Amino acid sequence: MIANRIARHRRGLAATAILAALLTTAPCSFAATPADTLVIAWAIDDIISLDPGEAFEITTGEITGNTYSRLIALDLDDTSKVKPDIAASWTVSDDGLTYTFKIKSDLKFASGNAITAEDVAFSFERAVKLNKSPAFILQQFGLDGDNVAEKAKATDSTTFQFVVDKPYAPSFVLNCLTATVASVVDKKVVMEHVAKAAPTAEYKFDNDFGNGWLKTRYAGSGPFTARDWRANEILVMERNPNYFGEKAKLARVIYRHMPESGAERLALETGDIDVARKLQPSDLVSVASKADIKTTATPKGTVYYFSLNQKNPNLAKPEVREAIKYLVDYDAIGATLIKGIGEIHQSFLPSGMLGSIDAEPYKLDVAKAKELLAKAGLKDGFSVTMDVRSVQPVTSIAENIQQTFGQAGIKLELIPGDGKQTLTKYRARNHDIYIGEWGTDYWDPHSNAETFATNVDNSDNTKSKTLSWRNTWDRPALTKEAQAALLERDTTKRKEIYEGLQKKVLEEGPFVVMYQQVEAAGYRANVQGYKLGPTFDSNYLDTVSKK
Amino acid sequence: MTPMATARRSGIAAAGFSARLAGFLVAVTTTYLGLLAVTFFIGRVIPIDPVLAVLGDRAPASAIARVRIEMGLDLPLWQQFSIYVQKVLSGDFGTSVLTTHPVLEDIARVFPATIELATVGTAVGALIGVPLGVLAAVRRGSIVDQIVRVIGLVGYSMPIFWMALLALVVFYARLHWVAFPGRLDVVYEYTFTPISGLFLLDAIWQRQWEVLWDLVRHIILPASLLGYLSLAYISRMTRGFMLNELRQEYIVAARAKGLSDARIIWAHALRNAAVPLVTVIALSYANLLEGSVLTETIFSWPGIGSYITNSLQNADMNAVLGGTIAIGTVFIALNLLSDLLYRFLDPRTKAR
Repeated sequence: MIANRIARHRRGLAATAILAALLTTAPCSFAATPADTLVIAWAIDDIISLDPGEAFEITTGEITGNTYSRLIALDLDDTSKVKPDIAASWTVSDDGLTYTFKIKSDLKFASGNAITAEDVAFSFERAVKLNKSPAFILQQFGLDGDNVAEKAKATDSTTFQFVVDKPYAPSFVLNCLTATVASVVDKKVVMEHVAKAAPTAEYKFDNDFGNGWLKTRYAGSGPFTARDWRANEILVMERNPNYFGEKAKLARVIYRHMPESGAERLALETGDIDVARKLQPSDLVSVASKADIKTTATPKGTVYYFSLNQKNPNLAKPEVREAIKYLVDYDAIGATLIKGIGEIHQSFLPSGMLGSIDAEPYKLDVAKAKELLAKAGLKDGFSVTMDVRSVQPVTSIAENIQQTFGQAGIKLELIPGDGKQTLTKYRARNHDIYIGEWGTDYWDPHSNAETFATNVDNSDNTKSKTLSWRNTWDRPALTKEAQAALLERDTTKRKEIYEGLQKKVLEEGPFVVMYQQVEAAGYRANVQGYKLGPTFDSNYLDTVSKK
Repeated sequence: MTPMATARRSGIAAAGFSARLAGFLVAVTTTYLGLLAVTFFIGRVIPIDPVLAVLGDRAPASAIARVRIEMGLDLPLWQQFSIYVQKVLSGDFGTSVLTTHPVLEDIARVFPATIELATVGTAVGALIGVPLGVLAAVRRGSIVDQIVRVIGLVGYSMPIFWMALLALVVFYARLHWVAFPGRLDVVYEYTFTPISGLFLLDAIWQRQWEVLWDLVRHIILPASLLGYLSLAYISRMTRGFMLNELRQEYIVAARAKGLSDARIIWAHALRNAAVPLVTVIALSYANLLEGSVLTETIFSWPGIGSYITNSLQNADMNAVLGGTIAIGTVFIALNLLSDLLYRFLDPRTKAR
């Protein structure tokens, strides 16, 4: 009977057996990546354009940092200084208004065209005229669509002149020129691809300066070229054979979009990817223990904070602001929730930047907080809401804060939301408490000083919407100080002003800065020379190789 | 019948047909318009600023104001909607803010990925689910029936992202039976040229067998997971339909006539249960075609589910509406197809 049954299903059984055998013995299209290609898993869904005059996102910063060159670059050995990139040398005039750069000769773009001062001037011109998100970095020096041709021009084929409107601190100007927006694009190639545009009141020019084309293409001179980009899927960089410096060791670098930490970890352990960039603390810890995987970490210029909207009468009381700073369990958060991806840091300048301080005056102290609240007349606490993005570690940190607030009687209600949703609410000043992060726009203390300490106009329709403005915090004295620091040409004095500013904001500001981001990555042991830089556009890949 | 009567008969039949066609077209148009209107207004009402996706968080107020006007966000809602519908009727589905490509191009890129996944998943679900359902119905009440129902219950209740990670740990990390992530290994990135976007068919067409094997190894796990999800539903429905059929009198008659078990179950009962079953399978297929965001995220599968979700989170309404139209079209087409299959499988519906 049974034999009959088995015989009847003979063919089916045989087929299954063969399939199973095939799967186990078939050549696994290997679990290792090619030797001349680096495969990086990251969340690349924030890339909206590859045009350096338009790009301002984290991922794009890394791509343009590897594919374009600038006049000067951050000195990775001492991040408070700059070093030459395309420029051989530079001078500042005595009145502090004119910067003259001498370009190295015989440099080429990836296309083979020579790099001249004309290309530099063109890059500045289009960035200012296109007026996209990062344009303010150049426009803040008094450049606009009408005067950029005069203020940023090539006096001859190897000399570029940059004129600013005030005698700013040279360190400030030079730091800004290391930003992505100051990348040099190949004028000849870009001009072949300009599209006509109809001038309007807001955009007075008759062409798009190649923006439509450069959004998805490449015209640079860095160690890599950007070969291919499929949004939210993959981005491929290839070695630039015409690079003027030491050629990149790898032939190709591929970024795969993998936003899920658990999935990245599995792929890293199996060897289908070489570098995993989005690992959460728990996954980081477990891959670090594997023999064939290493980890690396570098502090980045991003601080995580939560801020108290001064529109809320309870939060506007100075004792309440101080009490709240004592109601955060910094040690516990540092030891568990952000382990490996952050370091406790309480001032608004990230460490490594000119003027940063290491002061950590606040610790969890419920008794002191209760005392302060009683002084403010709120000894029974009060209710308040916090808009929380539904991502880790933000959600866990918010829950932790809810618990420590509760110990002093403050009832914190967490309102979960999506990234852009909470941001929209924040920008409209409709929040009580907002928890988020701020990445510095360029590697100079002014970027964070401006946003945390200046508020030029507290009304609803102002042009400048800094974080202080978003939290309705108005301190004219601090605004003046931050603006004065810009013009302080003595670097040591400038540093001191920023140190003072941070101390004042620590005492009376509505910001509770909790930690500085540490970017961590796991990578296969056969990858050599992989390092993360202090900024997102200094995660250089040209010295990376595989054994 | 006189020639006049015949002519009038066929004339009436023709009129009947064009009336039905007109009715169908009206229904389809209303469905599309309704779909677009609802999605459009939801999109404009959600508390996300679409300009954020274009310019990011750091743009100056002047740039924000300029982009608002460029995107037409300052016009009244109904005017924005009518502009959009007019553009769609002329074939312009707009440009996606996030990918900077025309929405049509994006959909042509991401939809085939989901179609592939959904098709293989439904095939797995149907090919395993139907026999399982039949087995459970035939052996009703026995241990086999219980096992099948538990398998179905697990598939239905477990969160798919958890099952996906578990499956990855077992079949990928430990056993190395399947490949991950994405649709294709990076090695083949420049040696394989997609034609239709349905990579499996493209590889067969171009006779690239190594690529085909790699594609199969990539698709088998996510498709099996989705298949498991479908299987849970399909096997339960099959069981129900089969039980219904097996209760009928013609089964007793067939047995009395001496037909074998196998013939009764497969050639007769299942044939009759196939009619409602086809609708179930078509609906299940349509469900998968909407794009299973969680599966696509974990497997880095560049499909339409993550495309629409990402666009929605950034209030990129051109992309969301384009995707909605694509999926709506597929739903309507599948409904039509299952209606036609109905008429083919059940001769009773043909008699009009």
